[in-house]
Amino acid sequence: MDLTPSDEQRLLRESADRFVAETFTADHRKKAANDPLGFSPAIWKQFAELGWLALPISEADGGLGGGAIEIGILMEAFGRGLVSEPFLSTVVLGAALVAECGTEAQKQAVLPKVAEGALYLAFAHSERAARFDLAHVDTTATKTADGFRLSGSKVAVLDGAAANQIIVSARIANANGASGKLALFLVPAGSPGLTLRDYARLGGGRGCSLDLKNVALPADALLGDGSDALPAIEAVVDRAMAALGAEAVGIMQTLLDTTLEYTKIRKQFGRPLSANQVIRHRLADMAMQVDEARSMALRAALMAGAEPVARGRAAAGAKAKIGKCARFVAEQSVQLHGAMGVTEELDIGAYFKRLLAFDTLFGGSAHHYRRHAALSGRQAC
Amino acid sequence: MDLTFSAEERAFEQDVRDFISANLTPEMKRATALTPSVFSDPDIGMAWQRALHRKGWGAPGWPVEHGGPDWTPAQRWIFEAESARAGVPNVNVMGVKMVGPVIIGFGSPEQKNFYLPRILSGEDYWCQGYSEPGSGSDLASLKTRAVRDGDDYIINGTKIWTTHAHHANRMFALVRTNDGERQQDGISFILIDMKTPGITTRPILTIGGDHEVNQVFFDDVRVPVANRVGEEGKGWTYGKYLLEFERGAGIASAKLREALRTIAELAESDVTGRAIEDPDIALRMSEVEVDIDALEMTELRVLSALQTGQNPGAVSSVLKLRNSEIRQAVTRLGVDVIGNDGLAVEPARPFYKLNHEPAIPEELLPVVPEYLNGRAYTIFGGSSEIQREIIAKMVLGL
Repeated sequence: MDLTPSDEQRLLRESADRFVAETFTADHRKKAANDPLGFSPAIWKQFAELGWLALPISEADGGLGGGAIEIGILMEAFGRGLVSEPFLSTVVLGAALVAECGTEAQKQAVLPKVAEGALYLAFAHSERAARFDLAHVDTTATKTADGFRLSGSKVAVLDGAAANQIIVSARIANANGASGKLALFLVPAGSPGLTLRDYARLGGGRGCSLDLKNVALPADALLGDGSDALPAIEAVVDRAMAALGAEAVGIMQTLLDTTLEYTKIRKQFGRPLSANQVIRHRLADMAMQVDEARSMALRAALMAGAEPVARGRAAAGAKAKIGKCARFVAEQSVQLHGAMGVTEELDIGAYFKRLLAFDTLFGGSAHHYRRHAALSGRQAC
Repeated sequence: MDLTFSAEERAFEQDVRDFISANLTPEMKRATALTPSVFSDPDIGMAWQRALHRKGWGAPGWPVEHGGPDWTPAQRWIFEAESARAGVPNVNVMGVKMVGPVIIGFGSPEQKNFYLPRILSGEDYWCQGYSEPGSGSDLASLKTRAVRDGDDYIINGTKIWTTHAHHANRMFALVRTNDGERQQDGISFILIDMKTPGITTRPILTIGGDHEVNQVFFDDVRVPVANRVGEEGKGWTYGKYLLEFERGAGIASAKLREALRTIAELAESDVTGRAIEDPDIALRMSEVEVDIDALEMTELRVLSALQTGQNPGAVSSVLKLRNSEIRQAVTRLGVDVIGNDGLAVEPARPFYKLNHEPAIPEELLPVVPEYLNGRAYTIFGGSSEIQREIIAKMVLGL
């Protein structure tokens, strides 16, 4: 039991913090917001050169063999700079799903390219009727003579428009049409029958919804051997929630730091806002909640490799708790900035919106407290 | 970074379990479970302290030269977690965790030689003389005065909220020896034999029905100057050092987890009509458990960063605040879990020595008193409002 970061982890944090502070300025963010991709491919190349894209990929698959702690270190730095590069979509979700489910050939075709920065991935799983139930998939994959045909609709596909390949979940339809096992498919961008409705994502980056109408795929588009993909999806999403939690911590810390500075400078009634006890105690509560969130993100990362129930309880607990803390810190940051906090003239709103998006992704606090209770045997989910 | 224990740590965990199962009697366990106040009665607590001392585990946080076991942070963690899980009695924390570190840090060689072994062995039972009727959160405004008379101080005044003063044979107290420019100046830290003539103790019953705290009066009480710890007038510094130990550097999450487990067991049992089937109860239980997870991780982070015996500093305020708030959430949940049985008041104490059949199942007796007494968690040791002020000042630099 030791929670002291290794020298490598300390160095990674320093270099990530430095790179993000120098690169992701407010001006940069405005430019990225107008980019059709929602981010800068030139910076993505730099991520590759820094080794960040290879970091969580295993050494056998051409990566550096880092784990959830290293991902958390990067994500926290990304949160501080509101980075909109598709690290979550391509690396934390996409590459992890391929690593988790793919055949040797699929891994070799995809993972080294991800590590080089030459391939963008996206994960199309959520459906409107599913809300946040990972097992609820209505999209079907019907077997054909030489492969599959996919039909259905997906929502909240992060960075779908930038992706060269989209990993789509579907239920394999039996001969009699009844839906069977959940499977994952690698769908190339621009496949006939695939329609994207791209949008600017709340808090930065892009998202889309996806319609699939008889999208024809070869047999080897199926990730892996066709065994049930739900356990892998749950594992990867739990790890993604730990990563998102770390990103939220970076966002919350920046909001706290900014708000703290503002309350020292802003004078009302002849004294700084921070001279008022009601403000001081609010800030103390914000600081405590940032710290609790930090603990929960670290915990979820440390438990990322645990058996499914322990991992799921840690991830659900983290998502629920960090979501609750994030809402509080975000709302109080706006509140303590007064009317300026609700304008686009300050950065506060951008950070606020990214936290709101965080809370929504993969389900909010109420959903994850329910999931935690269910995994703890306290009630039906 | 790693949450798992090494083979050596696992072996130590087994040692702790073996020790507990060999020494924790069913009577001690039952008495602890049925105690609704913050501290165990001394007959139970000191029996445990003696057992720990025999093993060399009497003061986990002390340096080796004073009888500490020289544990790594992970070992301290394991010890606290296993102790909480097994439901061991509370020892006299005023001795081991409060005055002990101050004597180690600032006491004379004579004081160390005399007092420390007696704390370890359980021979001495300490109480804390800090608060006064006029000085609650504003502790430094204290008025109990010690006037120098040759080799003695003559003490006059009163202390209040003194936990277990009616059991203690010794008190450490903050007294005013001078009127300094600031009210923090002129305070001295002094060790008092409770049998000294002129000391009287008045019991104060708390709303849960327990006699835990007292008011203590000093009427021309003569205490040798040799009983002062450190320099005259520097008592505030030593007192604050102690408060940081009182608030933090402890491992509170293990006890919270055990308290929640007790409530969860009641909720899953027929004795509460299976309260857990109420979805609101189930969700709140998860919410509290997740809060405990967060506190536990923060404690582990602090523990990893600290050297044994080092002053935990302002983070202790964060730990104290969260511990007290979560403790209250657990006890509140307990009241809701037992439902109608919470209406029955049992005035007799202690619950483990009742000489009549209680009106409700025995295990439900402490639940409401724990909630009621537990309101004090956010008040004692510096109220939550004081802790927020410390965080604003020391952590946020405001």
